[in-house]
Amino acid sequence: MTSHVVNESTMVLAIETSCDETAASVVMGGNDILSSIVSSQIEIHARFGGVVPEVASRAHLEALIPVVSSAIAEAGILPSRIDVVAATAGPGLIGALLVGVSAAKSLALVWDKPFVGVNHLEAHLYAGLLDDPTLQFPLVVLLVSGGHTMIIEMRGHGDYVIMGRTIDDAAGEAYDKVARYLQLGYPGGPAIDKIAPDGNPHVVEFPRAMMHDGLDVSFSGLKTSVINYVKKNPDVANVDVAASFQAAVVDVLCAKTIRAAQKVGAKGIVLGGGVSANSALRAEMTSRGTAAGFTVALPSRDMCTDNAAMIAAAAWHRLASDGPTSLSCGAYPNLKLDAVPR
Amino acid sequence: MGIIEECITQLDTSMILGIETSVDHVGVAVGDYRGIRAHSMLASDRRHAESLTPMIQFVLQQADATMADLSAIAVDVGPGLFTGMRVGIASAASLAWALELPVVPVCSLDVLAMNAEWSDNVVAASLDARRGEVYWALYRMRGVGIEPLRLTEPMVSSPEDMAVHLADRGEDIVCTGTGFIRHAGLFDDVPWALMAGQPYAFPTVQKVVVLASHRIAADDTVQPGAITPMYLRAPDAEINWLTRVVTQ
Ligand SMILES: [Zn+2]
Repeated sequence: MTSHVVNESTMVLAIETSCDETAASVVMGGNDILSSIVSSQIEIHARFGGVVPEVASRAHLEALIPVVSSAIAEAGILPSRIDVVAATAGPGLIGALLVGVSAAKSLALVWDKPFVGVNHLEAHLYAGLLDDPTLQFPLVVLLVSGGHTMIIEMRGHGDYVIMGRTIDDAAGEAYDKVARYLQLGYPGGPAIDKIAPDGNPHVVEFPRAMMHDGLDVSFSGLKTSVINYVKKNPDVANVDVAASFQAAVVDVLCAKTIRAAQKVGAKGIVLGGGVSANSALRAEMTSRGTAAGFTVALPSRDMCTDNAAMIAAAAWHRLASDGPTSLSCGAYPNLKLDAVPR
Repeated sequence: MGIIEECITQLDTSMILGIETSVDHVGVAVGDYRGIRAHSMLASDRRHAESLTPMIQFVLQQADATMADLSAIAVDVGPGLFTGMRVGIASAASLAWALELPVVPVCSLDVLAMNAEWSDNVVAASLDARRGEVYWALYRMRGVGIEPLRLTEPMVSSPEDMAVHLADRGEDIVCTGTGFIRHAGLFDDVPWALMAGQPYAFPTVQKVVVLASHRIAADDTVQPGAITPMYLRAPDAEINWLTRVVTQ
C-alpha cells in the first residue's frame, strides 16, 4: 500500500451513482464541502414501487454530465484545481455504479490525477463526521437505509467492526413493504414518517424481534405481523398502524445502538443512511442516547441520504492511508464494509 | 513554416479517439480520415469498465499522442449491451467534457455494415440482442471508407421477422453480424443470403473512427451532455408496467 500526501487544500471531486441518486461534489481537505449536487430519481422509480436497476442506470447516464459540471461550477473553481477524482465503486447496483466509475476514471486520466474507488458504506460513516468534525473515536454508527441495517463500531479512520446487522430485511425495506401494503406510496420511509405523528403508537404493540438477543436485528417478522394485523383489523386507522409500526422499528434500533455504545465505551453515537432522516428515529435516539450519557450526532438530512460529499470525504482518508485505486477498477456490487476497492 | 507543413501540423493535431464497448469486446483506436494510428481490442467478458480506461491510456501512448492532440471523441452508442454501451458513453462524455471536445455518437449497426463496404449488394447488419431477438438494419454501400446509406432505421425484432423482411426484398443480401451467426439455421438454405463469416461479425473500433471522421467533416457532432444511447428496447420493468396498465 502506498499512501499519498493529502492535506487541507487537497480538492476532491467525487461522483456517486450506486443506487437512485446521481450526485457529484467538490470537497476540500476532506471536510470542507464546496458543492454537493444531488439529482434524485425517486419520481422515476415511484410508479414501480422500488428502484429498477436498468431504469436507474439509464437515468444516471443522462444526469451525469449536468451533475458533474454543476458541482464544479457551484464550487467556484476551475477543473484544473481538482487534485483527486473519486467515485463510489460499491456496493450498489452494478450497472449504475459503472456509470460513475467510468466517468471518474476518465476524468482522472484526462487531468492526470489519482483516482479513488470508494466504499459506499464507509462513506456513510463519514457523513456524520462531515457535519460534526469534533466527534471523537470510538464511535458507534447506526447505518440504516433501504439496503442496509448495521451497527458499527468505528475505532478510527478505516477501522470498523460490525457489531450487529439485520438478519433479514433492511429497515428501509420494511418501511417500503409496510407502506406499500397500507397504500401510502413510495418511498415508504418518508410516507410513514409523515402520517405517524398523527397516530397513536400504542394502539398495537407490535413485536420487537430479538430485542434481548445480541445486537442483530430482524424486521421480517414485524412486517408480517403488521400485514396480519391489518387483515384482521381492517377498521383500525392507517395512522395508528403506521405510528405503532414506526414505534417498534425505532424502539429496536435505539435500544440496540445504545447497548452497542455502552459495550465499547463509545464517545458518541452517529446516525447514517436514508432511514436516519426519519424524524421519530432522530428524536428518540437523541433523547435516549443523551439520557444514557452519549453525544448523539445527527447528520443533516442531506447527509443521511446518498450524496457525493461523503464519497469525497471517504476518498480523502483512503487516499492518505491506501493510495490511489487502479484505473482498471470496476464496480463491486457486494463490497463489504471493510473492503477497499482496488 | 510553409502552408503545406502548416496544414499537416493542423491535421496531426486533429485526431479522433474512438471507443467501442457495445459488444462483447472493448476496442479503442486513435486516428483520422487518413487512417488509424493505433488501436487495441480485447475480449472483455463483460468487464468493459475495467479494460477501457487503461486501454485509452495505452493506445494514446502507442499513437505517440496526448489528450491535447485529440479533436473529437467518437463512441459506439449501440444498439448493443446496455451496460457496455453506458461504460463507453459515460467515458466518452467525461473525456469530451473535460477536454471541451465534441462527441460523435455512432450506431453499432452502421459500423458493422462497413465490414461489407466492398459490396454492391444490399447489406444487412445484425447484432444478437439476446432473448431470442436481434438488432438489425439494411444498408447500401457507397464505397470503401465511406459512410453507408441506411435503407431502414435500426430496429429490434425476432430473427424470424428479420428473415421475412429480408426475403421480401427479392434480391441477394450480404448478411453480417452476430445476429446472423447466432441464428444461422434460419438462413442456411436461403439462396439470397450471402453470409459474411465470423471475422466480419463485430463492429470494429477502427471503423468507428473512420465513420466519425466523415461526420466531423460534415460538422455532425454533439455536445458531451447530449449523447443519446440507442437502446431500442425499454427496460423490462417499464414493459411490464405498461402491459399491466393496458390489461387492467
Ligand atoms: Zn447509501
